[in-house]
Amino acid sequence: MRWRKVQEESYLDWNATAPLRPEAASAIADAMDRWGNPSSVHRRGRAARQTIERAREAVAALLNDADPNGVVFVSGGTEANHLALLGTGRERVLVSAVEHDSVRSAIAGAEIIPVGPDGLVILGELDRLLAADLHPALVSVMYANNETGVLQPMADIAAIARRHGALVHCDAVQAAGKLALDARVIGADLVTLSAHKIGGPPGVGALVMMGDMELAPLLRGGGQEKRRRAGTENLPGIAGFAAAAAASEVAAYDQVRTLRDGLEAEIAAIAPEAIVIGAAAPRLPNTSAIAMPGVAAETQVIALDLDGVMVSAGAACSSGKVGPSHVLAAMRVDPEIASSTIRVSLGWSTSEAEIAHFLRAWTALYRRSRGIAEGARAA
Amino acid sequence: MTSMLADPRPRLFPDPVVNTPPVYLDNQSTTPVDPRVLEAMLPYFAEHFGNPHSTSHAYGRVAAEAIERARAEIAALIHADPREIAFTSGATEANNLAIKGAAHFARAHPRNGRMRDHIVALQTEHKCVLESCVQLEREGFAVTYLPVEPNGLVSLAALEGALSERTLLVSVMAAHNEIGVIQPLAEIGALCRSRDVLFHTDAAQAFGKIPLDVEAMKIDLLSISGHKIYGPKGVGALYIRRRPRVRLLPLIDGGGQERGLRSGTLPTPLCVGLGRAAAIAGDEMMEEGERIRRLRDGL
Repeated sequence: MRWRKVQEESYLDWNATAPLRPEAASAIADAMDRWGNPSSVHRRGRAARQTIERAREAVAALLNDADPNGVVFVSGGTEANHLALLGTGRERVLVSAVEHDSVRSAIAGAEIIPVGPDGLVILGELDRLLAADLHPALVSVMYANNETGVLQPMADIAAIARRHGALVHCDAVQAAGKLALDARVIGADLVTLSAHKIGGPPGVGALVMMGDMELAPLLRGGGQEKRRRAGTENLPGIAGFAAAAAASEVAAYDQVRTLRDGLEAEIAAIAPEAIVIGAAAPRLPNTSAIAMPGVAAETQVIALDLDGVMVSAGAACSSGKVGPSHVLAAMRVDPEIASSTIRVSLGWSTSEAEIAHFLRAWTALYRRSRGIAEGARAA
Repeated sequence: MTSMLADPRPRLFPDPVVNTPPVYLDNQSTTPVDPRVLEAMLPYFAEHFGNPHSTSHAYGRVAAEAIERARAEIAALIHADPREIAFTSGATEANNLAIKGAAHFARAHPRNGRMRDHIVALQTEHKCVLESCVQLEREGFAVTYLPVEPNGLVSLAALEGALSERTLLVSVMAAHNEIGVIQPLAEIGALCRSRDVLFHTDAAQAFGKIPLDVEAMKIDLLSISGHKIYGPKGVGALYIRRRPRVRLLPLIDGGGQERGLRSGTLPTPLCVGLGRAAAIAGDEMMEEGERIRRLRDGL
């Protein structure tokens, strides 16, 4: 008789996607019950419309008291970033060097705002770039980096941009739900949010506009979303997004931070040469970019996966595409170190047992790579 | 039009609703989700929530495999190769991507010195096709909005007359969303192929309802919607011919998903739902078409 051990699984890739919150599951089920097309005028349509308008309020609340009327529902963070960068129609677009690919690829001629070794936008450079050219500009900087968790000084960035008459877009996909956000503190004119990163369903996101502005639609057709985004509204997705937003508990991330900091302290004790990228900057409470020098990130990810630990070698994005991280390159991380960096990201339900599981698997791999015999005590 | 007296709404939670379901006549605007579709989707909302692009770990691979199965189910319904199917957020995005993407590529890559900056669409196309064309006119493209015959069909002679050396694409809705006519797709496809013009068809209303064969009909681009065939909202697809290869510039760029044609994390449960709906539609197409025809004739 053959025995197959049921493998312990630890999911530590929350920055790629989070599990669906039960509240979101209920909302999706409920919305699927009311399947009327929200733009059709009949009884079911009216109920659906109400669901969408209430959802705007829940999503706006993620940014403290943003105006619900400024919430434009789209298919996700990538589309929202495109709508912001293309829709504002600014002649100049400046994006930070560590932005997500969906921002970096949206505008062919976008100018790059450099970051320092800590991953933070160099404010003086932003000021200089804006002063050098008086064409109306849009500045796009992410709140929290998806690979390192580094948090940008958004208020300072927005103040500089405003001084030069530039609009500000902030991709807050990774920060939302993990940190208390306030649209007024961020100071951005446009903020991108994504449902599946906060425990909502995939396939829905929002671009939140602060105040009135012209926004040319990316998708044209019907007059949905006040003519800012055509297409039949993804009602169950929108309802699930709203429920996840309402269920978000930023306070739960205090515990996440404790777990993450504990994990990093353990790693430092086991492997003094291991490096936590971006540790010098303020960071998200849930993200660790950890280099195990001399072991390729892909090797680490595969080895950890075999042990039932799920992490990533960087951004998820296109399958099989393994290239050097532009984020780490922009921070001038040594290429050898960059290619041995994995991302560990935690979430609201991450347990101490999962962290211990990760540390066991990571330590075993580390010892194998250093030729330390299994079972040998660390020096 | 059909009335849906039986309420096929899936019950996920046993909350008894006692009011009588209203008679629902607007079946072309949207349809309920088939319980079998919902059943297929649910695991990918909950336990298999992995990001399908995180294929370096188990959860991601489970999601990625489900998406590839769905892609094959969609392709099978129109006699396409799964690699020719790109998921989008719906038919609106698929139509925008097909028309703008083909136009932008043609402008960026003139072929043998042939300037291609002209599009032909029917006046009766869906708003998202017409609005995409209007946007292209603002960008300097020329568009011919072809009237239809009193019976709603395109005149092949008129279509042929509208084509020129500069025409890059013809867009004709496969089946109409308001009047239900079915255009002579094979004839249009043959004409377009003979004139080296791309043939796009908005099949949001036709996919899963009438037989479509991209080979026999020489279709180059075909827009697909999920929620019109008892599938979920928030997902659609675009068929993009590989041989001869149809090239598009993406509308939404970034992570490089969908072969660079459409970036963004794919919503696994929605893709699975569209695939399942397509498979069911394929099985039931003949049966369903017969039933609706009977109801319409009786109305």
